[in-house]
Amino acid sequence: MQVALGVSPWDGDGTAVSGRRSVDPLRRRLAEPQVTALPPRMAASPLPPPDPRFVLRGTQSAVHALHFFGGAQGQGHPLLLSGSLSGLVHIWSLQTRRPVAILDGHQGQCVTWLQTLPQGHQLLSQGRDLKLCLWDLAEGRNAVVDSMHLESMGFCRSSVLTRGQGKWMLAMPGSGSDEVQILEMPSKTSVCTLKPEADAKPGMPMCLELWQAESSPRPLLLAGYEDGSVALWDVSERKVCSRVACHTEPVMGFGFDSQKARGVSGSAEKALAVWSLDEQQALQVCKTHELTNPGIADVKIRPDRKILATAGWDHRVRVFHWRTMKPLAVLSFHSATVHCVAFATDGLLAAGSGDQRISIWSLYPISSDSSTSSLGHVEHREVGAHALA
Amino acid sequence: MDPAVSAVRVAVREAVHTLSSCEDGDRVLSTLGSLKRYLSGAESPAPPGEQEEFARVHFAAVLRCLAGRLSPGWLELGADDGLEELCASFFLEGPADQAFLVLMESIEGAAGPSFRLMKTAQLLARFLGAGRMAAVMEGQCRRLGEPASPLLQETLLTKVVGLPDRLANRLQRENLDAFLPQNYFPLLAEEMVRVLQAVVDSLRGAVTLCPSLLVPPNLEFMLFSLHPSPPTVPHRPEVLSRLLGNLVIKNKKAQFVMTRKLLFLQYHHSVRARTPMLQSLLGYLAADSQRRPLLVQALKGLLETWGSASAIRHAPLEQQRYLSKAVLICLARLGEAELRDSRDELLASLMAGVKSRLDSSLPVVRRLGMIVAETASARLHPEGPPLRFQYEEDELSREMLALAAPPPADDSPVEARPDVPLPCRLGPVAETKTKRSIGWGDDELVPYDMSGDQELKRSKAPTYVRDCLEALTSCEDWGRWEAALRALEGLVIRNPAAAREVSVELAKVLLHLEEKTCVEGFEGLRQRALVAVVVTDPAPVAEYLTTQFYALNFSLRQRMDILDVLTLAAQELSRPGRLPKAPQCGPPGPAPPPGSTVAPAWRTVVEERIRSKTRRFSKGSARRGRDAGPNQFNVVAGYFFFPLLRHFDRPLVTFDLLGDDQLVLGRLAHTLGALMCLAVNTAVAVPMGKALLEFVWTLRFHGDAYVRRGLLSAVSSVLLSVPGEQLLADLPDELLEARSWLADVAERDSDEDCRTLAIQALLLLEKLRDRLLALAAP
Repeated sequence: MQVALGVSPWDGDGTAVSGRRSVDPLRRRLAEPQVTALPPRMAASPLPPPDPRFVLRGTQSAVHALHFFGGAQGQGHPLLLSGSLSGLVHIWSLQTRRPVAILDGHQGQCVTWLQTLPQGHQLLSQGRDLKLCLWDLAEGRNAVVDSMHLESMGFCRSSVLTRGQGKWMLAMPGSGSDEVQILEMPSKTSVCTLKPEADAKPGMPMCLELWQAESSPRPLLLAGYEDGSVALWDVSERKVCSRVACHTEPVMGFGFDSQKARGVSGSAEKALAVWSLDEQQALQVCKTHELTNPGIADVKIRPDRKILATAGWDHRVRVFHWRTMKPLAVLSFHSATVHCVAFATDGLLAAGSGDQRISIWSLYPISSDSSTSSLGHVEHREVGAHALA
Repeated sequence: MDPAVSAVRVAVREAVHTLSSCEDGDRVLSTLGSLKRYLSGAESPAPPGEQEEFARVHFAAVLRCLAGRLSPGWLELGADDGLEELCASFFLEGPADQAFLVLMESIEGAAGPSFRLMKTAQLLARFLGAGRMAAVMEGQCRRLGEPASPLLQETLLTKVVGLPDRLANRLQRENLDAFLPQNYFPLLAEEMVRVLQAVVDSLRGAVTLCPSLLVPPNLEFMLFSLHPSPPTVPHRPEVLSRLLGNLVIKNKKAQFVMTRKLLFLQYHHSVRARTPMLQSLLGYLAADSQRRPLLVQALKGLLETWGSASAIRHAPLEQQRYLSKAVLICLARLGEAELRDSRDELLASLMAGVKSRLDSSLPVVRRLGMIVAETASARLHPEGPPLRFQYEEDELSREMLALAAPPPADDSPVEARPDVPLPCRLGPVAETKTKRSIGWGDDELVPYDMSGDQELKRSKAPTYVRDCLEALTSCEDWGRWEAALRALEGLVIRNPAAAREVSVELAKVLLHLEEKTCVEGFEGLRQRALVAVVVTDPAPVAEYLTTQFYALNFSLRQRMDILDVLTLAAQELSRPGRLPKAPQCGPPGPAPPPGSTVAPAWRTVVEERIRSKTRRFSKGSARRGRDAGPNQFNVVAGYFFFPLLRHFDRPLVTFDLLGDDQLVLGRLAHTLGALMCLAVNTAVAVPMGKALLEFVWTLRFHGDAYVRRGLLSAVSSVLLSVPGEQLLADLPDELLEARSWLADVAERDSDEDCRTLAIQALLLLEKLRDRLLALAAP
């Protein structure tokens, strides 16, 4: 009988793995304690391109949606939710790096959007089976408690806005091809349908974001359209406050910083557009940033508003400095289109790709020193307030 | 006759006789003691008249006799009583110039390494260490009344200046530190300063001295001692000006030393010291309006040498580099008007030089030509369109271009130097830093390296060799064209059968392929694809390529590509273990080798049984030694080799190997050598070696260093590849001829690489001979 002394990477813990002579870099990273090293400041030559902190495999199909859940509120370890092309939602523990649960509620159709609700352990998932499911995840349950039918066949992801007292507002693509429907949840009352004026012809909505300035209770909706324009809707008045053409191709995703009243959008074309809202609630393009390869599938700004990440059709994740739009890193790990990126509140970055892998990156750690950022808050809150006056 | 004179003579004669023949230690000691009386500063000195007579006439004879007796046995005679010390005191305390001359004489006269030589050398080192060189020089200055004989002075001067060289020649590896130029010349300079100081002091003290004796004849040795010693003497033109004044104009010899000898020949210093020396020399010439014509003249001379075809061919590379630097510095130091006056002359020699330099097959020579031509034409023809060559920037070009920049205003010598105190230079930096930290508080995010962010290729690569061929010949979609080029090598390797069907056609297409769009790494891709094609189907493709090598309508680039491809393909073919890899990885081969048809059944049973009974702690990767296989190059080496030799002496309209296209000839020689080397252990090695030696023989006196290098490496590869017995049996005459040629090259060739290669080949020959002798002996 033959005895193999080499330790299988799958049994034992990480320390056993690190005892081996040649470990592949990813696994070695797995074995390392989770210490994020500060990049040296005075580096004469640029830092070598970073490697992922770790990689989650096992979705068995392309990853189309990512969402971080928990962690910062002190309710246990953070989880990462991923939605795949095969209709499954994986819930990953970031501690064990294994799926905790797998939710199957979309009849094998692609899951395009995932969002947790602040109260309870509730998850919203949107799928290409034209259903929006509400999951109850509390205490290990994983059951669909509610579901809604979507009218739109498009790829537009929905958006929610928490209104307090267990109520929230939902924006989702409506029945007409260019419409956005607003619902009051959890009662599912349709509040209104936002339909562009007849001569505008912006095409389908591609991405939505509901938000609310802190100074004003009125909900606002930013929508990116098929013709490359971004529009700001005043939901209660059901009218477009302002619309600006940012791209010549459909807007695929945008990130919006409500405190600075500034957003960045990516499209099928070869550039990012940065736009801002002025005091009259008018959108204007500040600048565009040329990219190496065309196609941006998703844009997210980190919660501390220092950096932003884009998911590229060129298999790469790009990281920019949010205020200056200075390129900081090009993360090339994936071998297929990156469909989505997500930031956790602690700064972790996740990217999901068509190569069925989810890469987790830890770049530019969020500093614990919050004095400068709170200064920034005050400064930009004022701008935001002006914008809504 | 003066009684003192005769008394001294008698005493000395007797003493010399005793010293040279007596073996009794006490007598020797007493004789030396009596002689010592004649030296100044002795305890009971002889009368001054006798001292003077001794110093003038007899001292040298005594010293010579002493130097001749320095042997272990003789020194043993009085070892206890300090005989050696006593001897040394004669050398160190007597008249310095004579002592110095005798020491040098006896060192140079020594037949070979011996006790006496070492003792004398140590004595000389002590002489230097005791500061006696100052005494030598002072002695020359103090000769008043009787004029020193110019001959003696000349000899002294030569010996003083040439001391390091002479000692190094004599002592070889036993040389002492004190005699190394870097130690000796600073010492000499210090002593000179001391002497000058003494001269000045004595002038002030109104003692009549003759300083003129010191300065002019010592010029040369001043110069020599100044330039090789960077640490002690600052390399500044102004220092040189102060020291020499306008001597160059007045003194023919000085002029020759400054404008010819130092400028053209003194390139042997350390690399570090070379440029500063040129700078100070040319700066000195430029510093005064009276000397500037000399600078123009120097530039003319420099450019003429720089541009002469024979100098390019025969001068060592170091010297060429040195000359080029000198030209650039001259140009930088000369004004517009001065240049304009002799523009035509300068341009003529420049253009001739550029042409012959660009023709050279050595990259460094070409590079020097380009750099100098660019700078010089910009200075000589400022109004014309700038001349630009394509060359990659490297250390050499940066250094050269820095020299071409006009020098900083040297009038403020100290302040303008870079050794300014640090704080005042830090000022602006600190300022910007604070500005940053105020305005850009959160900007401390350091970007990562993003150089890998390239454009993604979207074109789909062809999957069949024929598709590639079609895409490369008739495609207008550049994405597809590029993808085909990138995929081709892999496809050819993976589908050898399909590639063989179109191999020659593929080779033709690839050979004529032009870079129509900018494709990164185009040359490499094309070359690798061609190599893959040749490896897949060696005979026909190699035949095609070798005929094309001598065909009419090809560029030199293409011809050299052919040579490179042939070498690389031969290398790949002859790589051991190239083929067995495939069957080893795959499932067990369908056809077992003919000899072992019955083996498997019982062997597997036995192996299975052993495996089941064996306990293993770890299982290494099941790696067997490389399976032996036939050298694939063996069969086809002839196709690669012989056609290349066929037409090299028949010039075409577009291609003349023996004429202008010597670069290709050099490459051809290298390629043939490489092919020969790769054909080791093959059956054709012997005829190949024979043909190659003939080829080498016809070209052995080629003027181009690159060609000669190729020929020499070809000879080496013949010696390595052809079995020794065969060599001696089949090519004895060729070997003998080659040997005398190699010995000649090793000794006389102007190119250093050639000499090294020739020595290597000679060593191989020696080894071969030794081995054969050893074989024949028992």
